[in-house]
Amino acid sequence: MMPYDAVKSILVLIALLASFGVFGWRCYLALQGLRRGQSTPAFGGWGERIKGLIVYVAAQLRLFRFKAPGIAHFFVFWGFLTLSLTILQAILEGLLAYTNPHFVLPLIGNFGPLALLQDLFILCVALAILYDLYLRLIVNPERYKGSHKSQGLMVLMFIFTIMLTLAVTNGIRINLNDDLLQRYRPVSTLIGGLFAGLNPATQTIIEETAYWIHLGVVLLFLTELPEGKHFHIVTSIPAILLRNLEPRGRLPAAPEFEGQVGVKQVEQFRWRQMLDFYTCTECGRCQDMCPAFASGEPLSPKLLMMSLRDHLKDYSSASLPTRSLIGDAVAPSTLWACTTCYACDQECPLFIERIPLIVDMRRYLVNEGEVDALLQKTLANLGRYGNSFGQSERMRAKWTQPIQPVIKDARKEAVEYLWFVGDYASYHVMFSDITRKTAQVFQKADLDFGILYDAERNAGNDIRRVGEEGLFESLAEKNSAAMDKCKYNTIITTDPHTYNTLKNEYPANGNHHAVLHYTELLDQLIASGKLQFNKKLGYKVTYHDPCYLGRYNGIYDAPRRVIRALGCELIEMPRHGDRAFCCGAGGGKIWMEEQPEVKERPAESRVREAAGMSGISTLVTTCPKDLVMFRDAVKTAGLEGKIVVKDLIELVSEALELCKETVREQM
Amino acid sequence: MNIVALFKLVPDLVEELEIDGNGTALNMDFLRLIINEFDDHAIEQAILLKERGGAQVSILGPDIEGVEDVLYTAASKGADRLIKLTGDFQGKANNHAMARAVTSALKELQPDLILTGVQANTDLDGSLGPLLAEYLDMPYVGYVSGVKVADGKVITRKEYPGGLVAEMEIKLPAVLGIQAAEQPPRYIAVAKVRQAMKTATIEVRTLAESDLSGGSTIRRMFKPEAGTRAEMIEGSAEEVTTRLLDIFKEIGVL
Amino acid sequence: MNQDIYVVIEHLRGQAADISYIMLGGARALAQKTGGEVVAVLLGHNVQSLVNNMSADKVLVVDHPALAEFTSDAYQKTLAGLIAEKEPRAVLFASSSIGADLSGVLSARLNLPLISSCQRFSADGRPISQICGGKIMVESDLPEVTTLLTMIPGGYKPEEGQSGKTPEIIKMDAPALDDLRVTLKQYIEAEAGDVDISKEPILVSVGRGIQTQDNLELAEELAKALGGVVSASRPVVDQGWMPTSRLVGKSGKTVKPKVYLTLGISGAPEHAEAIMGSEMIIAINTDPAAPIFDIARYGAVIDMFDLFEVLIAKVKETQGIR
Repeated sequence: MMPYDAVKSILVLIALLASFGVFGWRCYLALQGLRRGQSTPAFGGWGERIKGLIVYVAAQLRLFRFKAPGIAHFFVFWGFLTLSLTILQAILEGLLAYTNPHFVLPLIGNFGPLALLQDLFILCVALAILYDLYLRLIVNPERYKGSHKSQGLMVLMFIFTIMLTLAVTNGIRINLNDDLLQRYRPVSTLIGGLFAGLNPATQTIIEETAYWIHLGVVLLFLTELPEGKHFHIVTSIPAILLRNLEPRGRLPAAPEFEGQVGVKQVEQFRWRQMLDFYTCTECGRCQDMCPAFASGEPLSPKLLMMSLRDHLKDYSSASLPTRSLIGDAVAPSTLWACTTCYACDQECPLFIERIPLIVDMRRYLVNEGEVDALLQKTLANLGRYGNSFGQSERMRAKWTQPIQPVIKDARKEAVEYLWFVGDYASYHVMFSDITRKTAQVFQKADLDFGILYDAERNAGNDIRRVGEEGLFESLAEKNSAAMDKCKYNTIITTDPHTYNTLKNEYPANGNHHAVLHYTELLDQLIASGKLQFNKKLGYKVTYHDPCYLGRYNGIYDAPRRVIRALGCELIEMPRHGDRAFCCGAGGGKIWMEEQPEVKERPAESRVREAAGMSGISTLVTTCPKDLVMFRDAVKTAGLEGKIVVKDLIELVSEALELCKETVREQM
Repeated sequence: MNIVALFKLVPDLVEELEIDGNGTALNMDFLRLIINEFDDHAIEQAILLKERGGAQVSILGPDIEGVEDVLYTAASKGADRLIKLTGDFQGKANNHAMARAVTSALKELQPDLILTGVQANTDLDGSLGPLLAEYLDMPYVGYVSGVKVADGKVITRKEYPGGLVAEMEIKLPAVLGIQAAEQPPRYIAVAKVRQAMKTATIEVRTLAESDLSGGSTIRRMFKPEAGTRAEMIEGSAEEVTTRLLDIFKEIGVL
Repeated sequence: MNQDIYVVIEHLRGQAADISYIMLGGARALAQKTGGEVVAVLLGHNVQSLVNNMSADKVLVVDHPALAEFTSDAYQKTLAGLIAEKEPRAVLFASSSIGADLSGVLSARLNLPLISSCQRFSADGRPISQICGGKIMVESDLPEVTTLLTMIPGGYKPEEGQSGKTPEIIKMDAPALDDLRVTLKQYIEAEAGDVDISKEPILVSVGRGIQTQDNLELAEELAKALGGVVSASRPVVDQGWMPTSRLVGKSGKTVKPKVYLTLGISGAPEHAEAIMGSEMIIAINTDPAAPIFDIARYGAVIDMFDLFEVLIAKVKETQGIR
């Protein structure tokens, strides 16, 4: 009869081979879809990428945006890393049980401080798991709905068991004076104390049982890894390493497949995009931040990723795909619900990008003509007139008429600043006065600026995000051609959406001038003393960060500095900065028919948030679409008299005490 | 089945219209010409018929600025032949002249069904459809918002005021004046039009001399008096009612 | 050619259309210039009673079973013979689903000039047409041959074509009406589903001023009496008082009715944009500064609830509804 140690070595070897075999096979199956994916542009910027590993993997920086769950995850993650050595120890001591019964890892195996660290992590991880269980079972936040609950609980139980069995094994070894480093293991000593009264033989049996459970669960966990959300333990490292380093505001070019534009089948995504499907941990932070989800529209960024993952798995395992990507796996209404506000991608601890996926599928729908009537009309208007209002381009600069001195035509004379006014500021009735005030402020600051007059077209930011790539290109060509004929140094924009595409997407078309949002310009003018305010407004205001200014381009401080320079007291809303809640207009949503599912429009939610703050009378924005949406929402939410919505320039104009009569009623 | 859809380009009413120095024509310098909305529906209806029952669809339009865009857009929708008609379309051309001139080009295509918009915003001598029908000796039905093809005939939905619809049966070949296609003209992405520009070919037909007889001779053109702020009706509910009733009668509502 | 002005009476399902009276009014104005008579031409079957209150010097009636309902082929044949035989100075048709089908074909068949979209006649008897969506008026010569014209409303009132006495009736024979290429299969009544407000000619549109859902019944009653439907601005639809299909403006429909009567709508830009295509906007609002008055043709500053009762009653009375 073989001695137990020999049997143990053989059994461990078999278990190892089997579990790694299953793990490898399952990884292969899970990831074989990636082989069908499209090629991904070469990855540069390795310094930045490796820095990302340190900041976002090692330091887990993005996870702390949700504080307690972030801390819990931090401990589990670092516990896992530290304790991976104890797992290695367990595996090797099993394998070598016959040949080398008292094996310890060379060098580190006898290092006391490490043992102490590991021992403390057993406790930390166990506590973190208990917190996670509490979160999942008792708190059960909205963001977890639709995630794989039993899978999540199973993995939590796995980890808890692994910790417990490790402590039991260590503890009994301490009891039996079998551990040289026992004084470094207070937690294990405590656990071992529970068994100290039993006779040594029984303790040995318990120890051995705990060992087998420990190793068994570790290996079982390994085989389960590729099957669900915990695959991120494997994929998150390449995902973060190979994350998109392009500016956020620059969408990838539209994929084309023999006359088809955009993505119709899942294999038409790039393999790097597919990797994200497997990296999603179903944590639902994206969903928590999503304005479409909050308003009741049929979009959850989390469920979107899960359906894409499921669909890719089906697609790559079935010989004949039976379900369609758009329609079966992802409803068109889901795709149209997105405002491209970037709140989801901003929140994602693993840098998953949902918006490019959504836009790629929208591109397909648009190219097939599957757009709602209002969007169709708007796109037709944009194609024909270059503006979403369907008005003549000759009316674009009509707002300038009463202004003296006449605003320079940048096509005819050189200017320092080329002001790209944008559709809303040019055509919307609400803006004629506001846009004139902007011009007056610029004039007051002696700014040498001009506009493109009727040569300006919609810059195309939202056209691109709607998925009409061809129209975007055609408008970008026209704008670039007009701007190329002008002599100027810097572009100024009124609209953050315009700002985004001019800054991030036009350079690809050969435009290399600096782009400033008007708030950045005001900030500079104030700092340099060119703009001075005699009057302190003294209002108590709150500020809404436009998505394409804040999250997309990181401009949070300039508008705030301007507000303070006006003598206003700025009180932040609960959702501010990179968590500002989208007004619901972006990504072309403002051009689409409203869905019947909508419970509370994002803009209404936002103005209620602002109106709910005590002492705040004014909601300040710096985006024309925000102004239109919020002013409308103030009416529909019945908040008239409680809060007013103002563009920042209105306050600036007021503080400068610019004469009103020059802009009065000459329309 | 051969289906022909014929379109015109008309002034875009979004633009401020100007009358030329002689006061008898529109100033064409600043005009933007766009496809007549009803003709767009006629093209869509032709494509819908093709998709439903199979057909060869030919699209014809006058060779003026913007014609190629319309033709390539139609090709992206599924039109088989694109034909532009060269001839004198500027200035005085009227529907009588156009209808007479296009007759031979149409006969050559041997159409079973000719679809055209029920009207256009510049029509001053009736719409094109009925004139064409008569010159080609085909029956005509206008104000059509739905077409079914059945064995040498078409069944059309002809619209009357107040939502009443008449189902008319018409022997082929025939000309229909389309009020609305069964579904609104579809969206064609810019990329698709660009693709069609590379693959589709446009044929050219030269039209005969224009014969303007049958049209009107314009003596003068002028703009109606510009509307201003609403004319306010003062007084009690009774007085307002009386005035409102007069207005309703004036415009034929009552 | 004589100097008489013929008017092809337009009727549908036993009812003469308003435009018929408007045309008679126009014909009278023109006949006074030419010195001829106003002659109504009535095609149909057992429809003679329609002419009872028409202001015409004579009525030519062609009665034939094949003319009972309008079909272009039969009507064209009949009129072609009649016009060729009588050679009047002018023949007026309605610019409509019936008149437009007839006039173009007859112009080509008889080789007679056609002037369309005529709204009125100048003091010299020249037709003035409206083109380019009403943005341009065109005064044309009246050719010295029998001229066909299609008429649009706006120049004459229906009363101008009405009279207390019944005109002289002259019966005419119909030509052979066989071998027709167009036949009527059936009429289909307006669908029972919700109406498409973008296609409705008469809209009574209510806004926030309606205050409660119950008040909508008043608007419905008024719309029904006028032969139109109710549409709404956003606050009303938001409240769930009206379905989204009735929403005018952003997220809703763009409308271009003949008459857009607004009640308690302020005229926010989103709304204003969507109604600019309306032929006539009439605004009722309690706020004299409401922007709706900047785009409306007529306006009244009055509480809609004061107005409803009187207006509904009067409209019903005029329409002969009890």
